[in-house]
Amino acid sequence: MGKLYESQKIALLYFSVAIVLFGAQLFFGLIAAYQYINPDFLYGILPFSVTRMLHINAMVVWLLMGFIGGIYWLLPSETGRDVVGAKLGKLAWFLLTAAVGIVVLVYLFKQIGKGDIFTLWFITEGREYIEAPRWADLGIVAVMLIIYFNVAATVLKAGKITGLLGVLLVDLLALAGLYVAGMFFTPNITHDQFWWWWVVHLWVEATWEVLVGVLMGYALMTVLGTPRRIVEGWLYLEVLLVFGTGILGLGHHYYWIGTPEYWLGIGGFFSSLEPLPLVAMIVHAVYDAGVHKLQTVNRPALFWIFLQAFGNFFGAGVWGFMHTLPQINLYSHGTQMSASHGHLAFFGAYVATNVALIYIALQHIRAPEGPILDSKTWKVAYIGMIVSMVGMVGALLVAGFAQTFFERAVGGATWQDFITAQMHPWVSVPYLWRFGFGVIFFLSYLVLLYDLATIGKKVTVAEVKPA
Amino acid sequence: MDFGWLEVVIASLLLTLVGGTILTRGRSWLDPVFWKRFAIIGSLVMFVFLWILTFDTLSKTSVGTDRVPNPTVINKRIGYELNAEKGYFTPVILGDEPLFGKTYSEEEATALLVKGKLVIQSRNCMDCHTLLGNGAYYAPDLTKAWLDPKWEKIMIPMTGAKTREEAMVRFLMHPDRYATWTRRMPNLHLSEDEAKAVVAYLKWMSAINTNGFPDHFGNSKLVQLD
Repeated sequence: MGKLYESQKIALLYFSVAIVLFGAQLFFGLIAAYQYINPDFLYGILPFSVTRMLHINAMVVWLLMGFIGGIYWLLPSETGRDVVGAKLGKLAWFLLTAAVGIVVLVYLFKQIGKGDIFTLWFITEGREYIEAPRWADLGIVAVMLIIYFNVAATVLKAGKITGLLGVLLVDLLALAGLYVAGMFFTPNITHDQFWWWWVVHLWVEATWEVLVGVLMGYALMTVLGTPRRIVEGWLYLEVLLVFGTGILGLGHHYYWIGTPEYWLGIGGFFSSLEPLPLVAMIVHAVYDAGVHKLQTVNRPALFWIFLQAFGNFFGAGVWGFMHTLPQINLYSHGTQMSASHGHLAFFGAYVATNVALIYIALQHIRAPEGPILDSKTWKVAYIGMIVSMVGMVGALLVAGFAQTFFERAVGGATWQDFITAQMHPWVSVPYLWRFGFGVIFFLSYLVLLYDLATIGKKVTVAEVKPA
Repeated sequence: MDFGWLEVVIASLLLTLVGGTILTRGRSWLDPVFWKRFAIIGSLVMFVFLWILTFDTLSKTSVGTDRVPNPTVINKRIGYELNAEKGYFTPVILGDEPLFGKTYSEEEATALLVKGKLVIQSRNCMDCHTLLGNGAYYAPDLTKAWLDPKWEKIMIPMTGAKTREEAMVRFLMHPDRYATWTRRMPNLHLSEDEAKAVVAYLKWMSAINTNGFPDHFGNSKLVQLD
C-alpha cells in the first residue's frame, strides 16, 4: 500500500460516501422511472415528487462529495505537503454526511410541510435541485468554506502555487459564493428563477466545469504523465472558453421566465458557443493518449478519462446545443428533451470524472509501483454503463421529440395536450426502454462496486510495456 | 437602459479581445501565461456584463412592471393573445373579474400571493410540474394553468363548482377524488386558505409576459377540447 497523506485519507472518506450516494441516486431514479410506467406504484406513500427529488439531490451531493474527495486527493501532490487542517477536514466530512442523512430522512418521512417559512428552513425549500432546507444550505456553505480554508492555508504553508491550484482557489470561491444566491424567499417567481439559475447554471455550466477541468488536468498528469506546462496551458484556455461562453450562456435559461427579450439573443449566441471548450477537451485527451500510445499504469482511470472527454462533449455540448436556440427551445423547453440532455451531460461530465479519480486513488493504494491496475470487471461496468446510459438518453430523446411535437407544436401546451402527448406510444413506450436500461445501469453499478472493492488486490502477471 | 442583444454580444467579445491583447503583448500564444491572462480578462468582462444585465433585468421584472404585473391583476380578467407587433402570444389584461367574488386591495393581494408561493414551495410542486417551464416533467406545465380550457369544460362540471376558481380549489384540496388520468396528483393536504392562495398565484403567474412561452396556449387549431 502506498503511503497516504492525511489529506488523502479525508479524500477516501468523501469517496466512500459519494459512491454510496451514487447507489441511492440510481435506486430512487429507478423508482421514479417505474412510476412513469405504473403511476400507482407507491402512490400516496412515496410520490414521484419525493423519489425524483431524492434522485436528483443524491446526484448533486455525491458529485460534490466526489469533487471534494478529488481536491483533498490532489492537494498533497500539488503542494508537496499534507493538508493544514486535517481534523477540521474530517469534522466537515462528518457534519456533511450527518446533515445529508437527516435531510434524506425528513424527505422520506415528512416529505411536505405547511405553506410557511418554517417549512423552508426545516423541511424543504421546494425549489427543484435546491430543495435542501435552509439550515442544510448554511451547512453546505460552511463545509465549502472549510474546504476553501484547507486548500488556501495548505497552499500558503507550502509557499508555492501551481496553475491548477490557482484556478482551483478562484473557482472554489465562486462555487461557495454562488450557492448563497439560492437562499432567500421572494414571491416574484421571475426573480426567484432568475437567482435560482445563478446557482443551478453558474454552478453546473461554469464552476463545476472548471473544477472538473482542474481535476482532469491532474488526472492526465497522473495517469499519462502529461507535462504540467501543457495541462496548465489547456486549463487556462478552457477557463477562458468555459467562463467566456458559460457566464452569459446563462441567458438560455432566461428566455421564458418573464425576463426582457434581449436574453433570447444573448443566451442563444453564447450557449451555442458553449460546446467549444468541450471540443478543446476532446482534442486534449485524444492528443495526450496518442502521444503515450495508450500506455498507462491505470487502465480503468484512462478509459473513464476518455469517457469524460467524449461524454462531456456529446452530453453537455451536442445534446445541449440541440435545444438551446430560442426558436427550438420555445417548444422543447420543459420536455423530456431536457431530461435526455441532463442524463448524458451529468454522466459524461461529472460521473466519469469522479469514477476516474476514485480509480486513481485505488491505484495509489493498491498498486503504487505496478503492476498496472486492470481487471475484467471494470470493463463490464464501463461498457454496461455506457450502453445503458446511451439507451436511456436515446429513449428520452425519442419521448422528448414526440412530446415537443404533440404537446407543444400540434397541441397548445394545455393540461389535455400534455396527457395526449404522454399517452402517445412514441412517448409512453420509450419510458419502458428507459426503465429497462435503467435496470442495466443499476446492475453495472453493482459490478462497479465489486470492481472498486477488489481491483488490484490480487497481484496479476500483467506488466507495463515500455512506451 | 435600452439595448439590444447584439450590442451586448459584440461589446463583451470586443472588450475581451482588446483587453486580452493588451495584457499579453509580446507573449507567444504557446505560453500558458498568454492563456492565463486571457482567461482572467475574459471571465471578468463576462461577469461585469452579467452584473449590468442582472440589475437591468431585476428592475424590469420587479412586481408592478409590465412584465410582472401588480398583484391586483388578480382582480382582472386575463387573456393570452397573439400580439401582432411582437409576433408572439402575450398576456392581456381585460375588464374586472373579481377572484372568489372579491376585489383585493394591493396589500391583501400581496399577502395572498406570498402565501401562494410559500404553499407551492412547501408542497414541492416543481418536482412533478413545471412552472414557467422549469421543474419536472411528470405533470403538466402550470405557466398558464389559470387559462387552461379544461377548468371550464371538464373540471367545473366534474367538481360541481360554479366558477373556475372554485373548481380549482376543490381539485387542489382533493385531487385524489377526481379521475383525471392514470397519473394522478396525490393529496398534498392543502387547507382551503392554502388552496385559494395557490389559485391566486396561478392567476398572477398567467399574467407574466414570458416572451411567448408556451406558444399558442389553449389555442391550437388542430386540437380542440369539446
